Amino acid sequence: MNKIWIIIKREYITRVRNKTFLLSTFLFPLLMFALIFGGAFIGANGTEQRKIAVNDQSGLYRNNFKDGSAVAFGYPDQVTKENYKDKGFEGVLIVYSANQQKADSVRLYTEKQLGLGTDEAIKNQIQKINENRLLMERGVTRNTLDSIKQLSESKEALNYRSYQIKGTEIKEDNKMLALAIGYASGFIIYIVLFIYGAAVMRGVMEEKMNRIAEVMVSSVKPFQLMLGKIIGIAAVGLTQLFLWIILIFILSSLSSLFISPEILDQAQKMNETMPSMAQNNTMALKILQAKTTVFSANWALIIPCFIFYFLFGYLFYASLFAAVGSVVNEDPQEAQSLMLPITLPIILGIFIMINAIQNPSGSLAVWGSIIPFTSPIVMMSRIPFGVPWWQLGISMISLIIGFLFTTWLSAKIYRTGILLYGKKVTLKEMAKWAFRKA
Amino acid sequence: MSTILEIKNLKKYFSSQKAVDDISFSIEQGSIFGLLGPNGAGKTTLIRMITGIFYPDAGSIQLNGKKFDPVTDVINIGYMPEERGLYKKMKVGEQAMYLAQLKGMPKQEAFAQVKLWFEKFEMQSWWNKKVEDLSKGMSQKLQFVTTVLHEPKLVILDEPFSGLDPVNSNLIKDEIYNLAQKGTTIIFSTHRMEQVEEICDHIVLVNKGHKILDGTVKEIKQQFKQHIFTAEVDQLPTALEHNSFSIVKREGNNLTLKINEGYKSNDVLMHFINQQSGIVAYHEILPSLNEIFIRLVEGTPAARQFEAITA
Repeated sequence: MNKIWIIIKREYITRVRNKTFLLSTFLFPLLMFALIFGGAFIGANGTEQRKIAVNDQSGLYRNNFKDGSAVAFGYPDQVTKENYKDKGFEGVLIVYSANQQKADSVRLYTEKQLGLGTDEAIKNQIQKINENRLLMERGVTRNTLDSIKQLSESKEALNYRSYQIKGTEIKEDNKMLALAIGYASGFIIYIVLFIYGAAVMRGVMEEKMNRIAEVMVSSVKPFQLMLGKIIGIAAVGLTQLFLWIILIFILSSLSSLFISPEILDQAQKMNETMPSMAQNNTMALKILQAKTTVFSANWALIIPCFIFYFLFGYLFYASLFAAVGSVVNEDPQEAQSLMLPITLPIILGIFIMINAIQNPSGSLAVWGSIIPFTSPIVMMSRIPFGVPWWQLGISMISLIIGFLFTTWLSAKIYRTGILLYGKKVTLKEMAKWAFRKA
Repeated sequence: MSTILEIKNLKKYFSSQKAVDDISFSIEQGSIFGLLGPNGAGKTTLIRMITGIFYPDAGSIQLNGKKFDPVTDVINIGYMPEERGLYKKMKVGEQAMYLAQLKGMPKQEAFAQVKLWFEKFEMQSWWNKKVEDLSKGMSQKLQFVTTVLHEPKLVILDEPFSGLDPVNSNLIKDEIYNLAQKGTTIIFSTHRMEQVEEICDHIVLVNKGHKILDGTVKEIKQQFKQHIFTAEVDQLPTALEHNSFSIVKREGNNLTLKINEGYKSNDVLMHFINQQSGIVAYHEILPSLNEIFIRLVEGTPAARQFEAITA
């Protein structure tokens, strides 16, 4: 036990003293912030407005299209599939006929493919125009139509709130916040699994290639060496997590200094007056809002769970990474292909997580959050939405059992692999080492 | 002298090879023991069993009269593998401290020992240097220090002189003698026969997983002698030929003779004396270990063939 402690100390100190540790610790949160707000910023400015010519044989649509952020319409004379480009448009929309019985045939021709959003915007407008036409045909006047529209789109028209019932407690449901926390924590765990898993693998490869492994295993058991490395790197990870929490706290209190509630309010008002812009601003705004209501989240559950899944998710995969590192020879390419069976479930976890965010109590989400291969990522994305205690319990227990199992398995591969040089090891051989008796 | 290491019927089979197949020998305390054999003979596997890295499939290892225990006996063994290895990014002093502590030394004691050895090898100024900045010879010295600084009873050195210049070789060699004098037992594994002849008291030769030779250097040389003598005479006798010997080489008045079956050394001398030749020098040529080694190992393929194992 004492020897594992000595190994842990070395692994921890050499890593924490390294400059890259400091660099990555401070750059990572900045990067995250840049990613979130940068993404929102690009989303706000990135869409290009397409100019579409309308050739309306029915005359019903003329001048009824509204220009939006995605499309602008024009009504040049005699526009056809052949000449729309000369008239300065990127596409032509031809309405062939419009009679009451049959649906209109509307065709859109473009050279460049339009985005899904543009397509959707055009379809929505046609639908709306049709709806209005049908209403007007049945005797609704233009004035009535306009006043209905104004009423339904105003802020007072809708007073909607969702609540979550837990026993006798009824709590306001903050989906946006839960989504943000779920996403962020799921992603962080995903990144952690890769970064620290790879660190374990590189550490083992280093020992093997420097040929110190043989010196080491003449002093300590291979299992002690492996476990010491894994725990040492886990301690580095926890240190980094701790620093991140402090850093994020500082950053967010700084950002609330710059973004005062008044500005937030202004942004809100701007959104109302300019509906076309609203879509783009929402994401960033929602996040800012989320921050102001951040205390409504169940942090007492989220933080301990995050630390648990952070740690045990890492421990579950770390020994597998160590096993891969131990069989690799000089060629890093080999590591790539042997890593695939480990990286696949992690990537699968991210996919299930994206699904789970949309549907946190669906069966895919539930299973994904119980099976240890994906549970650290998926469960973290579900917790902010509320998870039954029994599911959380099963998930945690199976992750711990899974960790003990992978470590036991990997230790056997590691023991053989670390002293084996010059031989390319296949997955089949690794499996044989792992399951043989001894 | 007492026996420090006793190996009995040791076996280790891998899936495709009998790496060590029924080897027994014992080593006296304070002796320098040569473990010889061609590449792939099973030396490394044997050493790995003695150092507790591998468990033997069969047989027993007794260290200091007790059954060898890989966990508690770590402190009693120092092992320098042929493939040297150190943590490149670590500082020299920390590296030595780390390895000493892993052997089970308390920190204070480790520090004192490291300082002592660094002074002995004039390495004090290296303490804060990184291992990757050391030359090959320097890191070899560091490796040697880390092997012996916990004062093990048994030191196993695999090719300890490879890559060392003559000055550093001598330094290590003197240290090996020193350790042996103080009662440390040294197992010395190498292909370099001239070093073995110079250093070792006792040798074992393994080939293809079997022990094929065991004894002191003197005994073995006697065992493999071919009764060849050199004789220098002041003048060649008129009748040079005699039944007692045949001439292998002749260079002026220097003769190399092989004594024939049934005759003794003195028969040859008698012949020369009777022929009135004055004998200036006469001595036996014993085979070098190198010759013995080659003679015994020759004929076996350079690389071991894989053999099917039914076990």
